[in-house]
Formats: sequence, structure tokens, C-alpha cells
Amino acid sequence: MAVYKHSVSLEEDKCKGCTTCLKHCPTESIRIRDGRAVINSDVCIDCGECIRVCPHKAKKAIFDKLEDISPWYKWRIALPPPSLYGQFENLDDVDYVLQGLLDCGFNEVFEVARAAEIVTDYTRRYMRKKDIPRPVISSACPTIVRLIRLRFPYLCDNVIPMLPPVEVASRMAKEEALKKHPELKEDEICTVFISPCPAKASYVKNGISQNRSSIDYVVSMSEMYFKLIGAMKAEHTPAVSSETGTIGISWASSGGEASALFNDRYLAADGIDNAIKVLDQIETGNFPKLEFVELNACPGGCVGGAVTVENPYIAKVRLQSLRRYLPVSRNRVDDTGEPSDVPDEIMLGSPITYAPAMRLNANRGIAMQMMSDIEKIDQLLPEIDCGSCGAPTCRAFAEDVVKGEAKVEECVVYMRERLHELLNKQKEGKS
Amino acid sequence: MSDELKFHFDVHGDNFTSAGEASVEVKKKLRQLGFPPDVIRRVSIAMYEGEINMVIHARGGEADVLVYPDRIVIVLEDHGPGIANIDLAMQEGYSTAPDSVRSLGFGAGMGLPNMKRYTEEMNIESTVGVGTKITMVVKVQ
Repeated sequence: MAVYKHSVSLEEDKCKGCTTCLKHCPTESIRIRDGRAVINSDVCIDCGECIRVCPHKAKKAIFDKLEDISPWYKWRIALPPPSLYGQFENLDDVDYVLQGLLDCGFNEVFEVARAAEIVTDYTRRYMRKKDIPRPVISSACPTIVRLIRLRFPYLCDNVIPMLPPVEVASRMAKEEALKKHPELKEDEICTVFISPCPAKASYVKNGISQNRSSIDYVVSMSEMYFKLIGAMKAEHTPAVSSETGTIGISWASSGGEASALFNDRYLAADGIDNAIKVLDQIETGNFPKLEFVELNACPGGCVGGAVTVENPYIAKVRLQSLRRYLPVSRNRVDDTGEPSDVPDEIMLGSPITYAPAMRLNANRGIAMQMMSDIEKIDQLLPEIDCGSCGAPTCRAFAEDVVKGEAKVEECVVYMRERLHELLNKQKEGKS
Repeated sequence: MSDELKFHFDVHGDNFTSAGEASVEVKKKLRQLGFPPDVIRRVSIAMYEGEINMVIHARGGEADVLVYPDRIVIVLEDHGPGIANIDLAMQEGYSTAPDSVRSLGFGAGMGLPNMKRYTEEMNIESTVGVGTKITMVVKVQ
């Protein structure tokens, strides 16, 4: 199995080895070893929770810097997502943000919201297919897709096998640029995504289900925000204008993607813990008959990304006023062919597949023996989940012990009890 | 190698919102043991329906899950009112659930039929006024 490349990392000298991130990691992928947090990349889903909660700002997301963009590229296209528009106070027109990006040195801007409207159109077509597993689950949030791959094997086929808007945007942007500027060569054009979260940076590094990403750089929204604030002060009349409708902008917050399908049998949930609960219920069958499920790992949707600047709910309110007088949608696909046709180039070449990273051992007999040992060690532990051993729960610690990654003596409570027993025995011996 | 793994759960009848938790726990364990997705799903659905039944009708009970390399056995036991007519209870849509539970979306009369549908073997022993014991087997192909 190919190694998954992550975008969450640790600044070692800032980490105090406290247990905050340990306790908040939804996949229990963090351990404290030698006084520092260590992330298990096999099970990390890049949700960014640890970045949000770290009191010492030791967790950070890895992004490209604008300065990293190779001078070799003659044509740089910025890909701003709609969540970016919600970051600015008193913005009454998206055009100022787009102009700001040009003033920051980009040659062109292609709005991800445009591609989102295309994806919406195709999703409506896909939903007309008869023989697909329902509810259809959105593939737009890379953290959710990875979570399903690792933990919800039975739901892999429910994930819509369609490229996420950011990818469609990059491909459309490059195509359009080549048409408009025949003098450019394909490898002289680069796309730069302005990301609200580390997960989308990981998506670009890893692709989705054997589809490599065509995006060349990913910069963080917070970094771009400060550059833009400076550039937008110029306040000259924008030379570009937004080509997005209400639907495209609505994708930035939870429920936007789902409500655009004009089918009220949908559910939209946000926040990683809520998403996990919903997936658990779908898998158990304890779930209403719904057509579509939109899940966003971040609170409020993409506006709640770990590297956004503004409070997600304030950003959402701003987007509501920005989209007020916009047409419903300004990017549509040809209405030709069968009503359920979706072209191959927008579909994933192969479906999402299960990656059994949670299993103890590939051999079931050994796995069963290990679990039996885990149960025994679990019995010895205090069940207080204090985190002092470096594992998030006593149960996780018992698993670590059986996997050979920790020693039971590292549990301070267990050791204190052993010590008392020993002292008592000594006393009895003396008297 | 050891013969079986046994997991025990107390299903509490007093808290409706916690119903279904044992099912999620079992799912996690089976995932760690590397069982195929289809087996995990069938066990978790059968287990879930059984759990809900115990909470609705019997104020809770006990669940034991025995894991063998080739099969998973689920034993649910309660000391509730018992099932007067098992054939009738097995019919889709038949339910004796109270309105308070139906208003939450439960009590559609699909519990027992679903448990049968998703398992290879199912055996019900029930005595009115004493309780019910349901044993289900999911086989690993």
C-alpha cells in the first residue's frame, strides 16, 4: 500500500507533551512518546482537530508558500474557494477579492465555486441512476472520504465516485487558459489552490482513488488572507468579475452542496464527531431513507476549516449577504444525452476502496489472540483515561501494549498499586 | 490458538438514547479483527435491532457476542414480558411497541424480520412473563 502523505505536522520544540491533542483526535492516531506528540500516519485523517486545540501552537499544517512557486511557470492561476469570500469584513462584491488575487501576482483567477456548480449539475444527473447505493455520500470533503476508507468499509460504494470541485476547477482552469492563450504550453501553467484546511493539501499530494491531482500548489487561506488585505486596500475598480451563482457560494458552508440538489431528502452534518455518528448510523441501518448525505469534517463546513481566519458562523452570514442578488447558478452542463449521463472525465477512474488500517493483524487467528490479550490487560487498567501513559484511553494503551509499542509498567496507576502491594507484603514480613 | 473471544454488554433499559451503543462497540472490535465488511455490517444490524428490542420491550437485558474465526454468535437475553406469539412477531410490520417509542421512529415491526434476514441462523426461546433469549449466528464465508 502506498504511503499516505499528510499535511499535519509537529513543531517539536513547541510541544510540551500535554495530552490535549491526544484527547481530541477522533481516530486516536496520536501518542505522546518521549514527551512529544507523535502522529500515526496510517490512521490520521488530516481533520485538523489537533491544530485547533493545541494550546502551544505546536501543531501546524504544511502548505506551500507563494514564494515556492517556480519562476518557470509563466501562467499562474489562483483557485479561490467560496469560503475565502466569507473572510472579509464589509465586502459587498466578490470581484474585489478576485482583483486582489491578481494584484498579488496571479495571472488569472478561476473560482472553485464555478466548478462546484458543475459538480452540482452532474450530481443531480448521477442521482437519477437507478442502480446506485443510497444514500449517496458527498466526496467533496477529503477528511470524510479518508475516514470512510479507513473505518466504514461498507459505505465506500455510497461515496459518489466524482471528482471534488477543487479538482474540477483546476482542470477547467488549465483547459480554459490553454484555449485563451495558445502561446502557452501545458507545463507552463500552474494552479494554486487557496485552502481552508490541511485535508485539501493532503488531497493534492495523494489524489483520490488513483486519480492524481492536477493542482500544483496549495497555500493556506490564513497566509493568503493577510496578503489580500494589503492588496485589497488599493480599492481600484476590479478588472475581473465573478462568474458564480448562489449555488457555488453556498458550497462553503454545511448544507450548501446538499440543498442545491433540489431534493429535500438529504441530510447535512458538520463537525467530525457528528459525521462519525451519522456514518455509524447509516452503516447500522438505523437511518431514514434519504437520497443524499453531505458531511463536512469542520464545524459549519469549509468556512470552519482549521486555517481560516474568521469565525465560521460569521463567515457564513457574510456569504448569505454576498450571494443575495446573484443568479441561482451560472455554470451549467450541456443538457444533451441521457438525463443520468455523467462524462468519464468527471468521474473517478476507480471507486473508493477500503483500507483496513484499523485491524490488529492481517491473520485473523493472530488478531483474535491479540484481542484476547488486550481484554486481559484492559482488566488491569484503571479505566480513568488519564493519558499519562501517552495513549488517549486505557483501552488504546492496552492495544499499544499488545502491539509491543508500550509496556504495561508505563501506567502510573497500575504501578502505584503494584508498589502498595509490595510495601504491604514487606510490612507483613517484618511484623 | 484460542477458541473464541467473548464480549459481554449490559444493555440498559432506562436510557433510550444510549440504545445501539453495544452494536457500535462490536463493530469496532470486528473491524480490528479484520472480518469482511459484509459480515461486520450484518452483525451490527442484527445486534442493533436486538438491542433496540430489549430496550423497548424488556427494559434492557444482556448481550453476549462470541467471536470464532468462522462465525459470530450473538446471544441476547432479557427478563421482559416474553413474546406471546413468535410467528406473529416475525411478520413484517407487526409491532407491540408503545406510541411513545413509535413517535421516535421505532416500532415499525421490522426488528425481528431484519434480525432473521441478516443472520444465517436465528433461534428464539421465549416464555411469557419470564423473558426472551435470542441466539443468532452470522457465518463468515
